[in-house]
Amino acid sequence: MNEHVLLGDEAVALGAVHAGLTAAYGYPGTPSTEIVEFLIRHAERHGRPLASWTTNEKTAYEAALGVSLAGRRTLVAMKHVGLNVAADPFINSALLDLGGGLVVVVADDPGMHSSQNGQDTRFYADFARTLCLEPANAQEAYDMTREAFDLSERFHVPAVIRLVTRLAHSRGVVRTGEARGQNPPRPAADRAAWTLLPSYARELWRGLLERQHELRAYTSRHGNTLSLADSRLGVVTCGIARNYYEENADDLPFLPSHLHIGAYPMPVDLLRRLVAHVDAVLVLEDGYPFVQRALGGVLTPPREVRGRQTGALPPDGELTPDVVRVALGLPLRAGLPPAALALPTRPPQLCAGCPHIDTFNTILKATRDLGARVTSDIGCYTLGALPPYSAVDSCVCMGASIGMAKGLADAGVRPALAVIGDSTFLHSGITPLVDAIAANTPMTVVIADNEVVAMTGGQPSAIPSSRMKRLLLGLGADPDHLHILDTHPKTVERNAEILRREIDHPGLSVIVTVRECIETARDRKRMRLAMAGATA
Amino acid sequence: MKYDIILAGVGGQGVLSLSGIIAAAAMQEGLSVKQSEVHGMSQRGGAVLANLRMAGRPVASDLVPLGCASLILSMEPLERLRYLRYLSPSGALVTSTEPVRNIDDYPELERVLETIRSLPRAVLVDGERLARKAGSARAANMPLVGAASALLPLKLDTLERCIAARFASKGQAVVDTNMKAFHAGREAAA
Repeated sequence: MNEHVLLGDEAVALGAVHAGLTAAYGYPGTPSTEIVEFLIRHAERHGRPLASWTTNEKTAYEAALGVSLAGRRTLVAMKHVGLNVAADPFINSALLDLGGGLVVVVADDPGMHSSQNGQDTRFYADFARTLCLEPANAQEAYDMTREAFDLSERFHVPAVIRLVTRLAHSRGVVRTGEARGQNPPRPAADRAAWTLLPSYARELWRGLLERQHELRAYTSRHGNTLSLADSRLGVVTCGIARNYYEENADDLPFLPSHLHIGAYPMPVDLLRRLVAHVDAVLVLEDGYPFVQRALGGVLTPPREVRGRQTGALPPDGELTPDVVRVALGLPLRAGLPPAALALPTRPPQLCAGCPHIDTFNTILKATRDLGARVTSDIGCYTLGALPPYSAVDSCVCMGASIGMAKGLADAGVRPALAVIGDSTFLHSGITPLVDAIAANTPMTVVIADNEVVAMTGGQPSAIPSSRMKRLLLGLGADPDHLHILDTHPKTVERNAEILRREIDHPGLSVIVTVRECIETARDRKRMRLAMAGATA
Repeated sequence: MKYDIILAGVGGQGVLSLSGIIAAAAMQEGLSVKQSEVHGMSQRGGAVLANLRMAGRPVASDLVPLGCASLILSMEPLERLRYLRYLSPSGALVTSTEPVRNIDDYPELERVLETIRSLPRAVLVDGERLARKAGSARAANMPLVGAASALLPLKLDTLERCIAARFASKGQAVVDTNMKAFHAGREAAA
């Protein structure tokens, strides 16, 4: 047995390797990025597993399905909003008779540290009628990932691991077990079990519904622990909430009854036994009131159920030891009083020398006094929404900038501009651009091409800048209104003139502003110098 | 034994590597450690916060509760003031005096420093100046570890070993610079 110090994300990755992982796929997104990064580094050193970034979460999931169809073990990793993109194959795959274990790791971001929403993946797992495991620390992240592969193969469903930011980016000690080898290739024999034609799908759906009993029987015995103690209060903890409960439990005047949930479908029997034993239930869960809603339902529950929905805990934000302390009725510990000085906030901002700064200056210059509407997308350039630029009007989800600018133009708004990064464009911007090209919509798309997925640390984009022009022409962009421009403080003036002309064009224009991310350019320079030093 | 640290700074200052060195030292001394970090968007020049907890028994919460921190360690004077409510009344503060003025409304530095000086058990170190004297401004987080070292429940040679291990791959010169900066901070705080 070996000990490692790992982030929650890394513990998942190592658990997957030791479970005999053949291939892993993902699209970078905080707080999930380190899972695939770890696997890529592992593959560079050990020659396996196959680990790669994909164009988006849907393509990642579909590749993983192929690995499972081959009978081998596969992992797909994403952040919570990424599961929206992969939702189509994910929900459908629960109906299939999965062969090789398929584990979906989704890192939720309660409190929205670096995300546009704080949705709770437990609802998706429930929606797909599949298993979900929720670790509370790095050790459980390792153990549960290994177990998830076995469960996926035993029940023939995709197994979800739900992480939250606080676990994904928390470092702890992990004791590892013996590594298992990969599955031999064993492609599925039954085509009907993998083909969702309505006639097959109806049968497969019935099969999945029948398996619900087995799934529930499993989670009533495994992954969840009930300890009946004092009958005044029953505390339900889910995943990482247990840590905050344990942090405070010693200060309680009595030992409450406690159900810890680390595996779903909901362990209904255990919840019933707890509720029957206590006067009141307090549900501690990070994210949405998932368990609390199931407990309370529409009818008045036989017992008082407290949680995020009743105000016992704040309805939003991530859990902390302090909000849990208050929910348990304990007084907060006093720290130093806050400083008398007013403290300005320090929002994130574009790095000094970032090429996006020049792109925004170009846009601001070209659109001055035009009353233009500018839609933005998800990436570093979203920071163009903040001062000193205040250059964009919207940011909703990956790819939405282009579709929304089309809607603005269709609604009669002129000029309508969309700003999108190269990686986001490839992820979800291509299809709305196809719509805009087909309709020759009077709008201008600005692709800020820095060659990488910069916000998450510089993972490679699916295609290099040099191929962007051919791609756009292939999609049908008009070559007379397609410009590939170097972006630089020196070119702002000239680029703004070109952009201004294209804004006046009564059809679709695409402008690509190109310069490598300042951070990755710096890293590459450092690497070159180190290599030169090593060979000198 | 239980020792909680709040580490604060601005993205890019090396808050996480500072946290990593102390965490590694704590683990080498057989303590239970939990270290929680902020990644992603928050790192782009924004405020960065890390929680580091060490104890003689298993650590439950990944986050430091209010009023429980034994130490606030800050790479930037303004950033440390954000987290005073986390500091135990008997806790100490160690901060670098060099401001990061990447916001328009940064308060007058002297007022920030005065506010800090008025707090009990505050230690101010000019991390960047000491690091430059030691050989490289890039080691600006080392004087902070040095200044905190006498407060931490960790042995000096364990910390030294962890600093050496951290920079070993970059060559002996880098190790020496960082070690020098560490000791400069330790002396400045004495």
